[in-house]
Amino acid sequence: MAGLITMDDLTNEQIINILDDATRLLPVAKGELYLPLLQGRILGNLFFEPSTRTRMSFETAMKRLGGDVVNLGDVKNSSVVKGETLFDTIQMVDGYTDIIAMRHPRQGAAQYAQDSARVPIMNGGDGAGHHPTQTMLDLFTIRQAHGTLEGLKVVLAGDLRYGRTVHSLSHALTRFGSELVFASPKLLKMPEEIVSDLREHGANVVETEDLLGSINDADVVYMTRIQKERFADEDEYARCAGAYKLHADHLSEVKSEMIIMHPLPRVDEIHASVDSTRHACYFNQAFNGVVARMALICYLLKVPVPMDVESEGGVI
Amino acid sequence: MSNEHSMRRVTAIRNGTVIDHIPSGQALRVLEMLGIGGKSSVPVSLVMNVPSKKMGAKDIIKVEDRELTQTELDRLALVAPDAHVAIIRAYSVAEKLTINLGSEVSNVVRCTFSNCITTNHREPLPHRLKVISRDPLHIRCHYCGRPQDLDELIKNVL
Repeated sequence: MAGLITMDDLTNEQIINILDDATRLLPVAKGELYLPLLQGRILGNLFFEPSTRTRMSFETAMKRLGGDVVNLGDVKNSSVVKGETLFDTIQMVDGYTDIIAMRHPRQGAAQYAQDSARVPIMNGGDGAGHHPTQTMLDLFTIRQAHGTLEGLKVVLAGDLRYGRTVHSLSHALTRFGSELVFASPKLLKMPEEIVSDLREHGANVVETEDLLGSINDADVVYMTRIQKERFADEDEYARCAGAYKLHADHLSEVKSEMIIMHPLPRVDEIHASVDSTRHACYFNQAFNGVVARMALICYLLKVPVPMDVESEGGVI
Repeated sequence: MSNEHSMRRVTAIRNGTVIDHIPSGQALRVLEMLGIGGKSSVPVSLVMNVPSKKMGAKDIIKVEDRELTQTELDRLALVAPDAHVAIIRAYSVAEKLTINLGSEVSNVVRCTFSNCITTNHREPLPHRLKVISRDPLHIRCHYCGRPQDLDELIKNVL
């Protein structure tokens, strides 16, 4: 059964259908309604790398829909340290579960797991490769705020070189005709092959080092964390990172409906003063991880989401 | 200059393999991909940049006393997908072999990306590369999706 390894596994129409399902599932995600669409189904959470939000939101998504979850647990205490191959681990979990969410430090691990498995695999991050379930929740958040995914101006800022989140999102936004601005220090620019790939697919891409000069006509500003260990010395880090910090004072001339997103965890790149502005969207974005994954699991398990969730759902 | 004339630049072989219509300048790459080099004991003749009606210029390799296997043809497909391969027995063409570069190359070479899941030698699934385009040759790993550089790939022959 097919899973979600990269965003190329979904057509634009399928993406929109899943986002529509997610919109209807919002009261279930919030715990206002009980709708056990996945009762009797089991999700296998295989996180070979640390994860907080992704792992917990998969688990919450499954449980909100009446399903259950088994966890690999700490890799240090699993068969992996005894030298078990990914193939063997997947063979085992494939027999225990109906669907698998996975994060792995090696790139290509999710596709490898899908080729080894009978059940659908959801890629929760493979090395510096893809993170399509994050992209789904990002798209959900953008559409929730703007009512559309089409024709928006989106600024992606910070570490664009190593951030798999921004790679997957750029590809997806290109498919919906967004104008993309990549604002980053030279050292952390979006990889050349990704930029040329996006342009080949018709993307309108601008690359700049000037974040603050790019935000006033943006519909979305997507911030990412700049990690100190990427730089040769601390002075260089301090100089670069300083130019990619947002403060409430910087937002006086931005569009009123502009949203600021961040995959979290943040460090200094979004000052706490931004949290109370109407533009702060990152905590809502983190919550949307649950509802987007609920809709995705239903889609992959071919469980239809009722058109009228309110009448189908029960009181908790 | 005729094709026949080009072939006569090196002597005819009694038994072995002739690889003709190799893109000009690629013969050394072909030998490297096939693992035929200084250490192999079979005689090898090589001509480079000879005129060709079809290609403008081409390279030719003659390997004596060795017939290419299917696995070697699959490797050859990556470097010279339009080459012609003839098996020679008793100075005559005994067989013409077809090179086929399809949409995927399986268990011929290993992905060159150091963090690809397939770098774990104990993982049992086949090494798979997808051919995105033939000309220019554009190949990506089926698993990690990384584009593959041919010069690097030659070092990763299975």
